[in-house]
Amino acid sequence: MAKTGIGEAVARREDYRFLTGQGKYVDDINLFNQAHAWIVRSPFAHATINSIDKDDAAQMPGVVAIYTSEDFSGAGGVPCGWQVNNKDGSPMNEPKHPILAEGKVRHVGDPVALVIAQTRQQARNAAEAIIIDYTELAPAIDMKAALEPDSAVIHDEVGSNLCFDWELGDKAATEAAFEDAHHVTRLDLINNRLVANPMEPRAAIGDYDSSTGEYTLYTTSQNPHVIRLLMGAFVLNIPEHKLRVYAPDVGGGFGSKIYHYAEEAMMTWAAGQLKRPVKWTAERSESFMSDAHGRDHVTHVELALDENGKFLALRCNTLANMGAYLSTFAPCVPTYLHATLLAGQYTTPVIYCEIKAVFTNTVPVDAYRGAGRPEATYLIERVVDVAAREMNIDPAELRRRNFIQPDQFPYDTPVALTYDTGNYEATLDQAMEAADYSGFEARKREAAARGKLRGIGLSCYIEACGIAPSNVVGALGARAGLYEVATVRVNPTGSVTVLTGSHSHGQGHETTFAQVVSDMLGIDYDAVDIVHGDTAKVPFGMGTYGSRSIAVGGSAIYRSVEKVISKAKKIAAHLMEADVSDIEFENGEFKVAGTDKATAFGDVALTAYVPHNYPLEELEPGLEETSFYDPANFTYPAGTYICEVEIDPETGVVEVMSFHASDDFGNIINPMIVEGQVHGGLAQGIGQALLERCVYDEQGQLLTGSYMDYCMPRADDLPSFSVDTTVTACTHNPLGVKGCGEAGAIGSPPAIINAVVNALSDYNVTHIDMPATPMKVWQHLSNGRG
Amino acid sequence: MTVSISFQLNGTSAQLDVADSQLLVEALRQHGSTGTHIGCDTSQCGACVIHVDGKSVKSCTMLAVQVDGKSVTTIEGLTQGQAEDMHPMQQAFKQHHGLQCGYCTPGMVMSAIDLVNHNPDPDEKQIREWLEGNICRCTGYHNIVKAVKHGAQMMREV
Ligand code: FES
Ligand code: FES
Repeated sequence: MAKTGIGEAVARREDYRFLTGQGKYVDDINLFNQAHAWIVRSPFAHATINSIDKDDAAQMPGVVAIYTSEDFSGAGGVPCGWQVNNKDGSPMNEPKHPILAEGKVRHVGDPVALVIAQTRQQARNAAEAIIIDYTELAPAIDMKAALEPDSAVIHDEVGSNLCFDWELGDKAATEAAFEDAHHVTRLDLINNRLVANPMEPRAAIGDYDSSTGEYTLYTTSQNPHVIRLLMGAFVLNIPEHKLRVYAPDVGGGFGSKIYHYAEEAMMTWAAGQLKRPVKWTAERSESFMSDAHGRDHVTHVELALDENGKFLALRCNTLANMGAYLSTFAPCVPTYLHATLLAGQYTTPVIYCEIKAVFTNTVPVDAYRGAGRPEATYLIERVVDVAAREMNIDPAELRRRNFIQPDQFPYDTPVALTYDTGNYEATLDQAMEAADYSGFEARKREAAARGKLRGIGLSCYIEACGIAPSNVVGALGARAGLYEVATVRVNPTGSVTVLTGSHSHGQGHETTFAQVVSDMLGIDYDAVDIVHGDTAKVPFGMGTYGSRSIAVGGSAIYRSVEKVISKAKKIAAHLMEADVSDIEFENGEFKVAGTDKATAFGDVALTAYVPHNYPLEELEPGLEETSFYDPANFTYPAGTYICEVEIDPETGVVEVMSFHASDDFGNIINPMIVEGQVHGGLAQGIGQALLERCVYDEQGQLLTGSYMDYCMPRADDLPSFSVDTTVTACTHNPLGVKGCGEAGAIGSPPAIINAVVNALSDYNVTHIDMPATPMKVWQHLSNGRG
Repeated sequence: MTVSISFQLNGTSAQLDVADSQLLVEALRQHGSTGTHIGCDTSQCGACVIHVDGKSVKSCTMLAVQVDGKSVTTIEGLTQGQAEDMHPMQQAFKQHHGLQCGYCTPGMVMSAIDLVNHNPDPDEKQIREWLEGNICRCTGYHNIVKAVKHGAQMMREV
C-alpha cells in the first residue's frame, strides 16, 4: 500500500481534476440567467469627475443597468482590517475607499461606473459610450515628493499624503550604540514595486435568491469567511446568515486575493438589485490596474559593528507606499510584518526603525508573498553583505559571528518578537556544503577564462509565520482574530470529512491535511476528505496567507482530531466494558490496556450514530468536533540561500548558474509539496531581483500594464534549484510545523543581488537596485571601467 | 455577424454558431471546454494552448471561424484512446508535482506534448526554451521541467 502518513511525499489528489481540465474556477461557473458586468475605470491618476453621461450607453443593445457612485450611497467603503497608530499615539489617516469613485479618481484603474448587460461584449460596448468629463489634477506619484508641502493632496479630508508615521525600537539606545561603533555601514535601497500576477485573473459572480433573501458571492479569494465578514458587515449590510461566499478552485493568489475588493461588493449588490446573477471577470490588463500591488519601499539603513564584526545596532528609515487607498492588510505590512523582523537571525542588541506610510496616485499596495518580511530580509542581508566587504570579512563568517545560538532560545529580539527555536548555523553549514562554497574561487577562474564575471551571494533569512496570537495582534491594530477553525466530522461508516477555514489555491491542502488526519486516526487516507472555501459548509475561518495554513489551520485540525479520539475512547470503553483510562488508541484501533480486547475505529463511529449500546446518560451521540486554534506565538522558519550568477560583461545579462536553498520549516508533512512551495517562492524572488518591476510614469500612467511590459519569470529565465531542509520543531504547536509558503520569495532577492554585486566587485560597485536588468548592470560595468 | 462552423472537438463533431469576431478560446469555453483557460489579453501566457490539427496554438490568437473543418484537441480530449486514465504527460505532471494551482496546467501539458511530438527526447534547455510561451506563477518551472522529461520518456515507451 502506498505510504500516506505524515512525512510522506504523497502525490496530490487535487491534480487529477486540474490535469484533465475539470478544475472549477470562478470564470468556469455560469449561472442561469446570468448578466455580465464591465467596469469603467479611470484613465487618469488624479482627476475630478465633473459629470457622467450614461444616456447614450443606456440605450445600447443588451444593456440591463448602469450604476455610478450615487447608487452605492447606502453602502460603506471598502474597509481596512488593520489600524496602525502614529508615534504620538494618534490613529493613522484612513480616508474612505468608495466602491465606485465619488467625485474624484485617485489612480489609473479606479472604478467609476458599473455597466451590466446581457453579454460581456455588450457591456463593454456600452461602457465605451459612457461620457465622463474629468478635470485632470496634478498627481502625487513619487513618495518623497508626495510628502512635500507643495504636493497635490490625494484625500482632501486628510490634508496631506501621510498615512502614518510610526516607529519601533529604542531610539536613544540605538543612537548611543552608533556613537561608540568601530564601523558603520550605510546603504540606500529600493524594494521594487511588484504585481502578484496569479495566473487566474480575479473574478466574481453575485447571485440573489429572492425567495429566501440570501446572497451568494462566488469569488477568487484566499479567505472567503473574511470577505463575508468585511463585505457583509461593513459594505453592504447583509447579515452573515444571509450571505454565502464561495471560493472554489482559485488559480493562485500570493496575497493579492486576500483582500476584499470593490468588484465583489458590486456584483453582490447588483445581483440583489437586478434579481439575477451578475458576473465579472478581469482581463489581465484590468488586473494590473486593480489587483493590490506589493513591496514598494524606499529605505535608508545603517549597521553599527565593533572591531570583530559583532553587530551593535541597526537603524532604518523607510517610506512605504500605500497607493491611493488602504487595502485590507496594507498598514500592517511595513510595520508589524517588517520592522519586527529586523533582528533577522542575529543578536543585534538594539534596533530602531521609522516607517512613514504614504498615499500616492497608484493602485493600493498590500501584502504580496512574504509581505514585509522580504523587505526586512533584503535590507538586513544587503547591509550585512556590504559591511562584510567593507571590513574584509567573509560574508558567511560575518553572519556566523552574529547568529543567535541554539541555547539562546526562546530569544527575545529588541523588536518585539520572541523566537521559539532555531539552529541557524546548521542551515548555513548545510547550504555551504551543498553549494560547495569553498570551491567558488575555482569556478570564478573558470568563468573568467570564458569571459564571464562569476559572483556568489548568500542570505540568511528569518520570517514570522502563522501570525498570532489574537490578543497580541489585536493590541497591534488587527481588527480581527487570527486563529483558524476546523471541524472533523466522522461519518457513521467511519469515513471522515474535514471542514477547514484554510483555503487552498495551489498549496495542496486537500492532500496534506488528509495525510495528517488519516495518520492520526490510523485510517485509510482515501477515507478522509477535505472541504474548504465555502462559508455554507465550513463553520468559520480566517483563510490562507502568511504561510499559516499548516501551522494554524493544521493545528486546528489536530486539536479537533484529538477531541474526536477523546470522545471515541469513551464510546470504546463503554463497548468493551472497560474504564476509559484503560483505553489506548493505536493504528485505528481502541484497545483495553493489558488485554487483547479491541474495537475498530469504524465500529466506534457507527456506534456513535446508531447508539443502541451507548452511554447515553454521559455522552451525546455523534462524532464531530470543532476547534478554534489560536496559536501562542508566531512560527519562525529560517534558512540560508546561496546562489551563483554569471554576468556577460558585453551585455550586462545576469544568468543564475546555481541556486541552493536550505530551510528549517520544522516538521514536514509532505516533502514533495514543501519543495514545490520553495521552488515557486524562489522563482518569484529571483523575478523580483532580476526581472520584475512595476513602473508608473510621472503622470501616474501604469507603464507596465501587461505581460508585454511587466517581465514575468519564464522557464528559460531560471535554473533548476537545489533544496534541502534542517529541522528544529516549532515548540508551541502540536505538529511542530512552521510553514513554508513564503520563504523562497523572502530569502532569494538579497542572495541574488549579493551575488551580482560580488560578480561586479572589480568594478567598484557596492549596490545595485532591483531588478538587476542587463541595462542597469551594463551601466555599472561601464561606470566601473571608468 | 454570426457564422456556423463545424469541426472535430476531441474526436466528436461539433457545430457552433459564433460571432465572426469571437476568439477561439472564448468559443471553446462557452461551449463548455472550460479546461482551456484565459490568463492574459496579449497572447503572452499560454494558459489557452490547445492543439489544432495536432499542433499547439494559443487559442486566444485564433478566431473561432478559423477552425471550421479542422480538428481541435483540448485538455479534456487528451485521455481519449489512452490505456491509462491520463495521458503519459498528465501522469508525469502529477508524479513530479508539476502543478500547484492548476491554472497554467492545461496549456503547459498541451505545449509539452507538442514539444515531444517534435522532439521525442528534449533536454532541459530545450524544454525551458519551448515552454518560454507558457507562464507559470506557482511552480518555478523546476518540477515542470522534470515532468516533461519524464513524460517524454513515457511517451517514447508507449
Ligand atoms: S490567454 Fe492566450 S496566451 Fe494568455
Ligand atoms: S500551477 Fe499555478 S500558474 Fe502554474
